[in-house]
Amino acid sequence: MTRLSNAFSKPHPALVCFITAGDGDTSANLDALVEGGADVIELGMPFTDPMADGPAIQNANLRSLGAGTTTADVLRIATEFRQRHPNVPLVLMGYANPMIRRGPEWFASAAKDAGVDGVICVDIPPEEDDALGPDLRAAGIAPIRLATPTTDARRLPQVLEGSDGFLYYVSVAGITGKQQAAQTSIEEAVARLKAATDLPIAVGFGVRTPEQAGAIAQVADGVVVGSALVELVGEHGTDAPAKLREYTAGLAGAVHAARN
Amino acid sequence: MASHPNTYKNQPDERGHFGDYGGRYVAETLMPLVLDLEREYRAAQADPAFQAQFDDLLEHYVGRPSPLYFAERLTEALGGAQVWFKRDELNHTGAHKINNCIGQILLAIRMGKTRIIAETGAGQHGVATATVCARFGLPCVIYMGAEDVRRQSPNVFRMKLLGAEVVPVTSGRGTLKDAMNEGLRDWVANVHDTFYIIGTAAGPHPYPELVRDFQSVIGKEARAQMQDRIGRLPDLLVAAIGGGSNALGLFHPFLDDPDVKMLGVEAAGHGLDGDEHAASLLGGFPGVLHGNKTYLLQDEDGQITEGHSISAGLDYPGIGPEHAWLKDTGRVEYTAITDEEALEAFQLLCRTEGIIPALEPSHAIAAVAKRAKDMPKESVILANLCGRGDKDIFTVAERLGVEM
Repeated sequence: MTRLSNAFSKPHPALVCFITAGDGDTSANLDALVEGGADVIELGMPFTDPMADGPAIQNANLRSLGAGTTTADVLRIATEFRQRHPNVPLVLMGYANPMIRRGPEWFASAAKDAGVDGVICVDIPPEEDDALGPDLRAAGIAPIRLATPTTDARRLPQVLEGSDGFLYYVSVAGITGKQQAAQTSIEEAVARLKAATDLPIAVGFGVRTPEQAGAIAQVADGVVVGSALVELVGEHGTDAPAKLREYTAGLAGAVHAARN
Repeated sequence: MASHPNTYKNQPDERGHFGDYGGRYVAETLMPLVLDLEREYRAAQADPAFQAQFDDLLEHYVGRPSPLYFAERLTEALGGAQVWFKRDELNHTGAHKINNCIGQILLAIRMGKTRIIAETGAGQHGVATATVCARFGLPCVIYMGAEDVRRQSPNVFRMKLLGAEVVPVTSGRGTLKDAMNEGLRDWVANVHDTFYIIGTAAGPHPYPELVRDFQSVIGKEARAQMQDRIGRLPDLLVAAIGGGSNALGLFHPFLDDPDVKMLGVEAAGHGLDGDEHAASLLGGFPGVLHGNKTYLLQDEDGQITEGHSISAGLDYPGIGPEHAWLKDTGRVEYTAITDEEALEAFQLLCRTEGIIPALEPSHAIAAVAKRAKDMPKESVILANLCGRGDKDIFTVAERLGVEM
């Protein structure tokens, strides 16, 4: 069992929490997410051009880069997280260019050394898997793919091929942190995906409140929350850990109890 | 990694790769859309009616073919090779951008799309897009960096007159690349009805290929016109490069003519030795941005850095992927021209030929001036005069210290 498969084998759905590395005191913020009940951590790698993200995560990227965050800093944050939390799965999420700048083999090996379990790269679709996927697999890191409302039945097998860890269902055609998908469309999509794969399905984009998260967790294996947490980091600075812990506990309560 | 293929015209491959470059590095939401676009483009290529409509609009709406002009006084002033210009600045809307916009709006209509979006830097592509949208009655949203909106107010007003909505982009640093990010964000949220008219030969496949193909009318005409006027092909082609669509449009039909040399001219801004330039090929490294792999201005961590050029049309931190491949194969030579050199060339053309060029082709003219001197008088240089300079007179006046 890997850390990721463990997280999705618990008796309850998994809460997946995203924050951007280097935005605020990231180590303290990550600890707060775990204490609040996060089952999987997504650590965002900051990028100058986050074209799939809405204003909340765009601003987090700018704050992080403005503070001078480097790739080495992101890897150090991951390494220290792994030392403090040996069993909590950690996924790096970001864009292709910072990941492949020094070569995909370098990145895969550095991520492996940092204790990273999976990588979500927004702008490497299955068609360009060669750019990073083979090196991640060779290093034992799960390439986590995204499926979206535009991923039709003809295309889905290609998305699933070579996908590992979990499948991230982007519930709206749009950018992060904006509108929320209708519950019925999420239910239909998750059913369709589950019929096609044994991978756990985590649903994200536009999920902000415990109520939304709880409703999604009734059908999905995991729920991803990002922008709402990143906004707390932006608003509260050094006081963010307490706020994050409280907010995450609310989300975790709803997600973990969704099928009781 | 110089290689010598039998033809330079068989790129990209079926995955949209030009050697190691190009590709489709987009979010999954957009992937089905770019696959649709590719299918529709293949169908359009095979459809004589599509080509006929494209040709008809280029002739009667854009004003093609553009003239091929021998610049006699400039040639005399330089004292070397004969200098000829392809006069794409005489097109409707004043630049080569309209060639591509005509092609893409016909594709959009073919695909049943009812809303057009585009990004623009200086506003030339925005004006060309707004123009074709007015011509075909489609609503149009143009994303433009907030700083560019302020600096290029005449073009903003033109777009509004043409019925476009101009959205100032304040995200990121409010530049052309941020406008392109915002265009991609719009597209991903409006996948069912929206067509994104990309302004240069970059972005996810098939954009680099189809923009090149639509712009290749420049080189096809020039090839026939040269044969007609002097009975042979030119010795050297020269064109300015931002994203690279006017250069590819001129170069591509000549790529398999081994005696025709080619020179692409990037913007050296304040000089290649500092950070204030926009020379992605000469001063950047391969990476992935805006849907394609290509040379990018970036730091050691892969963060994209801002380009600088006196020409707003050249200060994009990337370049079309076919240029990246042409550089690596050695088929095209690339050089860079500073702001100062471009300004001098701008004034030189005004005075010798009575043509006010845009600052983009002023970079090409400066490179021509450097090369022509050392070439024999019987040799022939053909440069693409890809835009007229009306839009740039305020910038030039400011740089020359003239109050307007």
